[in-house]
Amino acid sequence: MKFLATHIFSDDLPRSRILTALLVLVLGYLFTAPFLFPGARSLNVAATIGVYLVLVGSFDLLLGYCGIVSFAHAMFYGIGAYGVAISLGKFGPSWSSLFIGAGAAMVLSTVLSILMALISLRVKAIFYTMTTMAVASAFSALVMRLNTVTGGDDGRNFSVPESLTPGFELFENEFFGTLINGKLITYYMVLFSAILLFLLMLRIVNSRFGRVLEAIRENEFRAEAIGYRTLYYKLAINTVSALIATAAGVLMALWLRYVGPQTTVGFNVMLNILLMAVIGGLGTVYGAVLGVVVFTVAENYLQLLLQKIGPLTTGVPVLEHLLQPDRWLLWFGLVFVLAVYFFPTGIVGNLREKARLRLNGEPSRPHQTV
Amino acid sequence: MSLNNKPMALQSLQGRWTDFAPMILVTMIALFAWPLIGSMSTWATLTVAGLAMGMMLFIMASGLTLVFGLMDVLNLGHAAFVAVGAYVAASLAGVLSVLLKSSTGVEAVAGMALVALGAMITTALLGLLFERFFIRPVYGNHLKQILITIGAMIIIEQLVLALWGAQQMMLPLPEAVRGTLVIGEVAVERYRLVAVVLGLLLYLGLLMVFNFTRIGMLIRAGVENRDMVEAMGYRIQRVFVAVFAAGAALAGLGGAMWGFYREQFTAAIGADLLVQMLIIVVIGGLGSVRGCFFGALLLALIQNYVNFLIPDFAMVSNISVMVAVLLWRPSGLYAPGR
Repeated sequence: MKFLATHIFSDDLPRSRILTALLVLVLGYLFTAPFLFPGARSLNVAATIGVYLVLVGSFDLLLGYCGIVSFAHAMFYGIGAYGVAISLGKFGPSWSSLFIGAGAAMVLSTVLSILMALISLRVKAIFYTMTTMAVASAFSALVMRLNTVTGGDDGRNFSVPESLTPGFELFENEFFGTLINGKLITYYMVLFSAILLFLLMLRIVNSRFGRVLEAIRENEFRAEAIGYRTLYYKLAINTVSALIATAAGVLMALWLRYVGPQTTVGFNVMLNILLMAVIGGLGTVYGAVLGVVVFTVAENYLQLLLQKIGPLTTGVPVLEHLLQPDRWLLWFGLVFVLAVYFFPTGIVGNLREKARLRLNGEPSRPHQTV
Repeated sequence: MSLNNKPMALQSLQGRWTDFAPMILVTMIALFAWPLIGSMSTWATLTVAGLAMGMMLFIMASGLTLVFGLMDVLNLGHAAFVAVGAYVAASLAGVLSVLLKSSTGVEAVAGMALVALGAMITTALLGLLFERFFIRPVYGNHLKQILITIGAMIIIEQLVLALWGAQQMMLPLPEAVRGTLVIGEVAVERYRLVAVVLGLLLYLGLLMVFNFTRIGMLIRAGVENRDMVEAMGYRIQRVFVAVFAAGAALAGLGGAMWGFYREQFTAAIGADLLVQMLIIVVIGGLGSVRGCFFGALLLALIQNYVNFLIPDFAMVSNISVMVAVLLWRPSGLYAPGR
């Protein structure tokens, strides 16, 4: 058990029984989803959750651990997805073209993230926010514009290596009533990559390097005074976070076999990442898991709920429009704002605080995450 | 105050009234574009269009820069005021359609003024509420400000969709203001001229307020050193609330004007402009009205010229302008509060 805690989870266990239970539940769901919920749509939800764990987690490395607000995270995600899509489309569906595309995307992400950081990160954190917003919007406009390469607004479909296609069957017999085909292999490949990347992120934040990042978040001036070159640390985490986001994009493209601007570089994707990270709990990495799941559940079930309540208010002038299923984002936005006011540490932060209270009987010092 | 650590000579030059370099730059760029474009009439049309768009962007962004300069609050929800302004204008235009459809120019312009006034009053009131509920609880915390104001933008955009519906909004330009004015061989759209004149008047008005009134002096002093003004016994908080509401009203006015310019739009009308407004605030210098004015003109003119000359490059022209300006003057065109 100790080995597991130290070497797999980097000595950063959930530290709350409820949180552990929830995490086990999510992990169990992700592993059994193809057998328990075999429909194409529910499998898609599971794969999306898996990829977003990584994406939101890598955003948390920046925002939660270093206090840097970047609006370019969706751009790096999009670079990964488009890199694979363009390469597979151009050089044919083989493993080597997959790696060429992923490699090129990684290089581009590295260069872009370093450039943006050098221009603005050294001045003031808020400049960085604005710069990333400007660069990301220019990039998404560019993606729309370069019709011939990216497919413009419609995006583009592409074929993946043969062993990942639905037509490929590993065994002739069915397992638990499910055929082991290429789609399933892709699902588990995505899932295992996501888990590996997640554990890698746990490792990063619990290293000496991660501690310095937290020091920068709490008081950059003091960290600099102790003798850390804060710019280098910020530059490094910026690049690492961008690379992990790019990897998430590669996984998503492999799963969907399609890329389009709305699902990758759009501003709505960026907003979703931000909402998920904050709701789950910044500066915890585990928060990404709960944030993604809560958001996905809210997206699906809040609409269902509104569909149920909505008709009850038909005829009430304003309320009937506010309770339309399409307006679920309104209610989620309200919850988000209230959450930032009253639960700035997110779900994970609150669960951990509860567990600490139960064990020690005294509250910890105020935690300055947000 | 790491931004103020530059040599005294430069700082004093940048602060002075006689620092006309940004104005000269804008003029030079306009003149430089002439031979590139070639045709005189095309150049004039592009320039007037760029000026009109720049003026509207200035009107929208001026509130943002003041709020940032005065209180160090980055309000990403500012774009929501633009959207509300445009939507209220569209609704009011329906109510006042008799005036707007009138063939006499005076009545039509009066109708447009009423529409714009209604939009301004609505967004000013909204601004007061916004300040109370979304800004005041998160003073002094940039991270929370960004999160809360983004959340507020989502909420307001969704409320707009709930109240007005998701369909496209129409805000047709009155016939009396439509059409072009032909001067020699140059054809200029009338509404663009109206926008340019209005923007210029507003700019001059703001400068007058800032330089010749007591409240203007307080605002400038507050931008430069908030603590000092408070130590002198002024409640800078109240000034700030007033500035916030005024900035929201200006954004609403800009939204109404932009709505008339576009004639049809969706709820994303504000969010689409957010990035441009932020770039203008950055290149103008945080909290500088003059910088905001010339920044807006610079951005809009270059965008228009580039769009015409090299359309493929249009997407990155904004960013290039930002990088170039920041390389030239790292803290923006003008010092804060000037």
